[in-house]
Amino acid sequence: MAEIPDPEIPVITIEELGVLRNVEIQQEKVVITITPTYTGCPAMKLFEDEIILALKNKGIENVELKMVYSPAWTTDWMTEKAKEKLLAYGIAPPLKGTEDKGVLFSSNLKMVVCPRCKSKNTELKSQFGSTACKALYTCKDCLEPFDYFKCI
Amino acid sequence: METPPLRGGLEGLNIMTTKESLINYCLRIGDTSLILGQRMSEWCSNGPILEEDIAMTNIALDLFGQARTMLTYAGEIEGKGRTEDDLAYRRNEREFYNTLLSERPNGHFGDTVVRNFFQSAYFYHLHTALSSSKDEMIAAHAAKSLKEVTYHLRHSAEWIVRLGDGTDESKDKIQTSINEIWEYTGNLFEMNEVDAILIKEGIAVNQAEIKANWDKTVDEVLERAKLIRPKDGYMQTGSLKGMHSEYLGHLIAEMQFLPRAYPNAKW
Repeated sequence: MAEIPDPEIPVITIEELGVLRNVEIQQEKVVITITPTYTGCPAMKLFEDEIILALKNKGIENVELKMVYSPAWTTDWMTEKAKEKLLAYGIAPPLKGTEDKGVLFSSNLKMVVCPRCKSKNTELKSQFGSTACKALYTCKDCLEPFDYFKCI
Repeated sequence: METPPLRGGLEGLNIMTTKESLINYCLRIGDTSLILGQRMSEWCSNGPILEEDIAMTNIALDLFGQARTMLTYAGEIEGKGRTEDDLAYRRNEREFYNTLLSERPNGHFGDTVVRNFFQSAYFYHLHTALSSSKDEMIAAHAAKSLKEVTYHLRHSAEWIVRLGDGTDESKDKIQTSINEIWEYTGNLFEMNEVDAILIKEGIAVNQAEIKANWDKTVDEVLERAKLIRPKDGYMQTGSLKGMHSEYLGHLIAEMQFLPRAYPNAKW
């Protein structure tokens, strides 16, 4: 299980991402519990297929996949190791506690560091980026655009 | 024409059971997400700038995800084997219970921003309240959706301020959008016997409470944007009975084309 990569961000695994919630062996059956990052994440079907395929390759065919919505997935579940890997891959990882509590306006935006040149002189371009889980930033020093894994 | 098996609030015809009420309640929420999502997807490749194109289609994706959960659940409660796709693609206009606001055409960018703002502010407060619903699935869906809808609300609220407190032209346009769309906001808070039954069960929430919170949010943003809140006049009504504006039929015709034309298509 720990070997299955995120289809969109292949440097981190579904376990590190926090999508894989539980693995249970019930007599002859393996019950896998997963949760979506976003309700509309198009990668979820691929997650499921990859899990079934990985188990099949290990000779396990009797698999039940359970999808749960509660507790709702949060970026806080992402491991420190996963955050380091994201940064090395060029995606700024979610900063702890940056979930914007001001609902209406992005008032307390924290510093997002450019994953390329490590500059703190960055600017939010859009709260919505290349996938549901990312926001779009630009570095004002090296001028490169980059993704930020936004907090939810 | 077959009889719609999922009845809405057809007052006086029958006493609804809790199960029927719950199906209808899920359809109201799910259909609103679905129809607004479809509207947002119409912006794909038509956004005023690339970042907005991406933002609006991201919002569409979130809304489709939310719709899938609610429609799947409605089908499960019904227990007749109908899937999310059956409910999205095989119902006619009169069997949809989405808000009249969600089916409003995109118009210009300001019209879209205003429609989304009113609908997202509603969803934000609705999902906040439903997070403690006694129905586990509705509560889980609400808590999950709330995280996504918060971003949608912020996106539209920031645009309202930017356009309202912008140039004379942008201020004039966004105020006109607000004035024109206002009559569709009353429908958001309508209730019927479905609400009465489910509120008693601790499943649904009183729309009057949602309205009070919605008013606060709307007032706060409009004030910051230096815009004027319109006076309540005639309010459009009908969605609780499956009655819609002329726009929904056209939207559905496009949305349902593929599964209607190729009934056995798989994707």
